[in-house]
Amino acid sequence: MSSPAVVLRDVRFSYRSGPEILDIPELTIARGERVFLFGPSGSGKTTLLGLLAGVLTGYTGSVEVLGQDMAKLRGSARDAFRGSHIGYIFQLFNLIPYLTVEENITLPGRLHPARGKQTGDVNAVAQRLGIEHLLSRSVTQLSVGQQQRVAAARALLGGPELLIADEPTSSLDFDHRERFLELLFENCALSNSTLLFVSHDRSLAGKFDRQLSLLDFNRAHRKEAAV
Amino acid sequence: MVLLSLAWKSLRNRLLTTSLTVLSIGLSMALLLGVENVRVGARESFANTISQTDLIVGARGGSLQLLLYSVFRIGQATNNISYESYQHWKNHPAVAWTIPYSLGDSHRGFRVVGTTEDFYQHLRFRRDRQIEFAAGHSPKDVFDVALGSDVAQALGYKLGDKVVIAHGVAAGRGIADNDHADKPFTVSGILKKTATPVDRSLYIQLEGITAVHIDWADGAPPMAGDEIPASKISKENMKVEQITSFLLRCKSRIATLQLQREINTYKDEAMQAIIPGVTLQELWRTIGYAEDALQVVTIFVILVGLLGMLVSLYTSLNERRREMAILRAIGAGPGKIIALLVLESGLLAFAGCILGVVMIYGLSFIFQPIVEQQFGLYVPVQPPTQTGWIYLGAVIFAGLLIGFVPAWKAYRNTLADGLSVRV
Repeated sequence: MSSPAVVLRDVRFSYRSGPEILDIPELTIARGERVFLFGPSGSGKTTLLGLLAGVLTGYTGSVEVLGQDMAKLRGSARDAFRGSHIGYIFQLFNLIPYLTVEENITLPGRLHPARGKQTGDVNAVAQRLGIEHLLSRSVTQLSVGQQQRVAAARALLGGPELLIADEPTSSLDFDHRERFLELLFENCALSNSTLLFVSHDRSLAGKFDRQLSLLDFNRAHRKEAAV
Repeated sequence: MVLLSLAWKSLRNRLLTTSLTVLSIGLSMALLLGVENVRVGARESFANTISQTDLIVGARGGSLQLLLYSVFRIGQATNNISYESYQHWKNHPAVAWTIPYSLGDSHRGFRVVGTTEDFYQHLRFRRDRQIEFAAGHSPKDVFDVALGSDVAQALGYKLGDKVVIAHGVAAGRGIADNDHADKPFTVSGILKKTATPVDRSLYIQLEGITAVHIDWADGAPPMAGDEIPASKISKENMKVEQITSFLLRCKSRIATLQLQREINTYKDEAMQAIIPGVTLQELWRTIGYAEDALQVVTIFVILVGLLGMLVSLYTSLNERRREMAILRAIGAGPGKIIALLVLESGLLAFAGCILGVVMIYGLSFIFQPIVEQQFGLYVPVQPPTQTGWIYLGAVIFAGLLIGFVPAWKAYRNTLADGLSVRV
């Protein structure tokens, strides 16, 4: 438990023969920290998340997540690691359209027995997020706000050590945004999860323990700007 | 199991495409199984045109020819056999029963067969079915005639109608239409449909054949003044001199080969005996090309059905990129994505096969009597034959295999997309 949630050292990454997207000398996120990551679009946010989640490979340097060196995991082990330890929330359309709300929430646990074992009570999570009355609904009947809360419930179920949220609030209006963030904080605190929250909406930044500007620690763009 | 339920729910979600795909596979499967059933049915009907007959005996000649004119009423005998020889074999201790045929005359394109009560008693087809009468009874008098059901239907005859038979068997009319016009026959009975060549003949007594030819000499009609009127003819004064061939049943099947040899080497007359099953098989081999052609066509139909499935799965992938990204995000590896799509395509093929089997069952159940009536083809309603099972297995396997195409595409997509999908 003593290892930080995320440690990046000398990480460079570019898509196949494209320009360098990431050049990060050093980045550390402590366990239980709530980090707000911001940067203009195209600054490499999504790429960074792909590295942390173990979806993108082919980087140089080292990426350690929850003490695990991602380079040392082979394909399926990486997928299993992601499924078991990381919760992920997208900006939009987080849910599988042909499953019910409850089936969507429990899917990671069913795909990964390790996650399934620690799966807490679906009802409890649903209740904390205020969606317990929607469990048997089809996801297509939900409003956008409800969908995002279902996505949060899925990401939080089983208390993953790391929760990555990629602009989860940008499709919500102001009130819902505040409420959603509160719920996220509450639940992360409950399961002691580290939260990496990505957004370009700086108005939310003040609520987080730490604010990170990708432009500050990603040198790839500085080089490009110099050219 | 998780993937299977995912695949199932995903298919159910795209209900219209799914049902159309299943329907198209089901239809082609039904066609394939149907053709298979018809093929088996045709072969069975063919092989069972006569049953329980151990030997067919006629004058020496081609064995195929003997089979053709004795069973299928096709072609003609080059020689007859004497009634004495027939009597000899009929009374042979190893023989259970015989059915004599005297051929050579016709009525408006249908063959006229001279025979005896034995025909109505002993003839068997399709294992153990025997001749039955739809109306009336077997010919009791020299000038009585029983009609095969096709004959009665085609010519619209009913009991009591007068029928004039013609000399010769040329299609349509006889050599001269009214050869035997002086001795008309009366319809005494109409046979039930048998779906065999039996339906396409008229049956009179052996003595009837003798009677219409009594005043003929050397195959030519009588000269004026030499005619013997029908009124002077009775069954008792008609002497049967010769017949064309006869069917024979042994008391024990083991004696068949022994008896065949005996007949083939019979000193008093040049005769031959053939085993119908063997010769039928020979004949089937020569006319079996059609079934191969039919099979090739249906295999292409199946391929088209599977191709339709491939297209529908493949085109659905673009709408499903988002779904794949979500699955990746919650920890489904490329292997699971591939498995999901292969399962979907396997399920489609499986459902299509089930639908095909159900359809063909239903269709053969409904259409069996009609097909039998119209085409004389008895198609059995039965579970898939061994070949049918092989087809089913092959199609499901092909379905799984085809699933790898969209699966590979999806895999490439997920690699390119990662967790980011621009919707």
